[in-house]
Amino acid sequence: MANVLVFAEANGDTVKSVTFEILGKLSGHSVDVAIVGDMGSNAVADLAKFGAANVHNLKGADLDKYSPEGYGNALKEFIGSNYDYVFAGATSLAKDLMPRVAGMFDAGMASEVTNFNFDGDNFAGTRPLFAGKVLAKVELSGPKPHFVTVRPNALGLPENPTAGAGTSNEVAANAGEIKAAIREIIKGASEKLDLTEANIIVSGGRAMKSAENFKVLEELAEVLGATVGASRAAVDSGYAAHSMQVGQTGKTVSPSLYIACGISGAIQHLAGMRTSKVIVAINTDPDAPIFTKADYGIVGDLFTVVPLLKEEFSKIL
Amino acid sequence: MISFELSTEQKEIHEMAMKFAKNEMMPKAMEYDEKAEMPMSILQKAWELGLVNTCIPAEYGGAGFTTQDAMIITEALAYGCLGMNTAIMANDLALLPIVIGGSEDQKKKFLTPFTESYKIAAFCLTEPGNGSDAAGIKTTIKEDGEDFIVNGNKMWITNAGYADLFVVYGTYDASLKHKGITAIVIDGKAAGIELGEKENKMGHRCSDTRAVTFNNVRVPKENILGNVGEGWKIAMKTLNHSRPMVASSAVGGAQCAMDHAVKYAGERIQFGVPLAKHQAIQMMIADMGIEIEAARLLVQKAAWYLDQDKPNPEVSSYSKAKAADMFMDVASDAVQIFGGYGYSKEYPVEKIMRDAKLIQIYEGTSQIQRLVIAKEIFSRS
Amino acid sequence: MNIFVCIKQVPDTETKITPNGDGSYIETSSIKWIMNPYDEFAVEQALLTKAANSGSTVTVVRVGGVKDTEALRTALAMGADDAILVESGDNLDSYMTAKALKGAIEKSGNTPDVIYTGKQAIDDDCLQVPQLLAQMLGLPSVSVVVECSEEGGKFTLKREVEGGALEVYDVSSPAVIACNKGLNTPRYASLPGIMKAKRKPLAQHSLSDVGVADSDARVKYSNFQLPPEKPAGKSFDAMDEGNQASVVSEVVKLLREEAKVI
Repeated sequence: MANVLVFAEANGDTVKSVTFEILGKLSGHSVDVAIVGDMGSNAVADLAKFGAANVHNLKGADLDKYSPEGYGNALKEFIGSNYDYVFAGATSLAKDLMPRVAGMFDAGMASEVTNFNFDGDNFAGTRPLFAGKVLAKVELSGPKPHFVTVRPNALGLPENPTAGAGTSNEVAANAGEIKAAIREIIKGASEKLDLTEANIIVSGGRAMKSAENFKVLEELAEVLGATVGASRAAVDSGYAAHSMQVGQTGKTVSPSLYIACGISGAIQHLAGMRTSKVIVAINTDPDAPIFTKADYGIVGDLFTVVPLLKEEFSKIL
Repeated sequence: MISFELSTEQKEIHEMAMKFAKNEMMPKAMEYDEKAEMPMSILQKAWELGLVNTCIPAEYGGAGFTTQDAMIITEALAYGCLGMNTAIMANDLALLPIVIGGSEDQKKKFLTPFTESYKIAAFCLTEPGNGSDAAGIKTTIKEDGEDFIVNGNKMWITNAGYADLFVVYGTYDASLKHKGITAIVIDGKAAGIELGEKENKMGHRCSDTRAVTFNNVRVPKENILGNVGEGWKIAMKTLNHSRPMVASSAVGGAQCAMDHAVKYAGERIQFGVPLAKHQAIQMMIADMGIEIEAARLLVQKAAWYLDQDKPNPEVSSYSKAKAADMFMDVASDAVQIFGGYGYSKEYPVEKIMRDAKLIQIYEGTSQIQRLVIAKEIFSRS
Repeated sequence: MNIFVCIKQVPDTETKITPNGDGSYIETSSIKWIMNPYDEFAVEQALLTKAANSGSTVTVVRVGGVKDTEALRTALAMGADDAILVESGDNLDSYMTAKALKGAIEKSGNTPDVIYTGKQAIDDDCLQVPQLLAQMLGLPSVSVVVECSEEGGKFTLKREVEGGALEVYDVSSPAVIACNKGLNTPRYASLPGIMKAKRKPLAQHSLSDVGVADSDARVKYSNFQLPPEKPAGKSFDAMDEGNQASVVSEVVKLLREEAKVI
């Protein structure tokens, strides 16, 4: 049984769900959670439900907003020699922060594992490499703690989580010297989850024909609470922003549901979304390669099928 | 002494030119083909990156490429778009006579400006009544005081509508046949140059092809390349270079057609398996590979002769004839592998097949190449 | 300014990736290597920074196998001034890579004013090296940077986070900046640039020259394998107007009851 710390991010009462996935998978170990900055009391209750023994809330000057150095220094001091492993969801923040904290301990880190298990105290993870074209086993050695980030939506939520004590505890923490600080945050065009975290993605390809036509996808996404993505062809044609691109040179995603609309399924696109749990493809070309990857393939015109999908989903959601 | 290994620089040149072809040319190839419009911004960018005028020696501001290097660049650009490559290659075709037959002063005067900004040149040999029979050209170059006066009609002139400079072949004295032919450099803005309408072609549609008429065009005497009557010699030497270059463009176009076909054969499922699993398709693809590589080696050999300063017209013609015919076959087979899709503009092989046909025609038809080859063979027997 | 750029050579995105015989890594014999695409943005940003600060030099550093040095030569041809290669095997972990980069930068004798990197390498996709390197050098770092402006050694950086939101950072030189797509449009290496590149200096070190030992290994990969193939999916024809509604209704039902994703 290893001593594990899970670094979590809370937005008020809401904790990112990848944290619960990790807690569920760590059932049987002694697991604490650390959250830097403000958090709500419901967050503690939720974390306890999924198995957190102690919830440490690190607070101090300059820790009200993220900075890699401030969060890093605070965590380093808190972790000390208390933990064998530090886990975090592979979110934008943790992907930036965790390597720095690992560096502070001269420790190894496994990035974005999609599964893992412990043989006694020894961690072994599985992670995709080369944009998911291969999988490999990853193990860590060298000074402890060892660091692991977990890809959101990869583990899934536990069906019957074992509750933990969930003792909440405020820790006075020091941010230390911060050389790179956030001056302001400019909100994105979309309030939606980032593609890499989204549970459902509706993506459009070259057949969208124009940027305006993406409205059709946005309407469906609205009903599903999904994030809209795009193929490289659509991005290159100027129909969608770079930040929406799914694929080898865009984002690698693994949502529960990926709806590909008018995407032919070029190799570089498939590389970015093949790990999606369920793929729905809509295309007029029955031989489009996307259909070889689709769990449900609809041969038809996206401009008629997508509005029908929206209608049908809004009946049941 | 035989090495087929490209130098490190040559590999990088190839990488860079291919990257330009794939990122800048290929995405726009169909659009400019349909519009039949010169892609000036792409050509300008190609010039800025040093992909144009590869024949200009370092002394006159060029990069100092070997012929081998120039072939590598041409193959890559043709991979991107045959039509755009023709617009680029036509500059070399027009500037080569200056490189080969020009005096020191002429090279400085005419070549150096091409290295300072993107300029366009056109080579004028063919006439409405004289294509393959180039020695019979009717355009006249007559002495008039300190100048020459040029009169005549030229046909199928690539880059004509945009030319800053024309290199024109005419006859000083028609009765002298070959020995009367003279090459002269004419400023694109000279009075008396009339341009025909842009030709509506089957392929290479983005390149600008027109008839050009020279009406009493007055040209200073110092614009004659070499001496009066040396034009034929210069033209023949030019062809030693330009034929492998055109052959190299065929290799690039064929490689592109093959790559499309290979990719499609891996994706398209028929009878439950990808096309690539069907032997009939495998035979076609294998033949493409064999033929393309054979043509590429002939191009490299012809270029090697030129880099050794031992131009070999026979091998130059081998490369042109082989590559042009090979390209037509490969392009046709590529369309065949795509089936109905190949015949539609949905996929790029349709355009490549149209583009391939011209390679058997310009810069000496496939038949003329064989005449040259046969003449060389029999001259030894 | 002493500008450093750290680059990696990775398999071309179009390359087919297969595990090697013993599953210890991928088959590398027929791979075409390219500069990591995100590193191209780093090289371009370095050249832009150099152009705005006269007297600057751009040094490009790579840790990796020696058999191909194209990525470094490409950077030189794009306009970098000199290059450093630290020779290593194909599959070095992030910690060793960062340590080797640190050693190489220190060995160059020039104190970095800014270090640009790509936000991640598209081979192992770890996203660790920029932050590790910054930590090892005691520098601030900003990752996933999509906008960068600099004046008098003060950088304003926009970092892309979830939902396309941007965090705006003020950072003074020296700093590590990890570049994302969208930051700039990388220039091509011009042909004259390629010809000039061969005369530019390229220093070569071993891992031990830059202070990296076998004991620095932190991450071990094994059991490389292709992802499992999915079973064939279900196909529906909705080309006819008559059956579109029923097809859509059927698919939605399956998503809910069979796939359980809704």
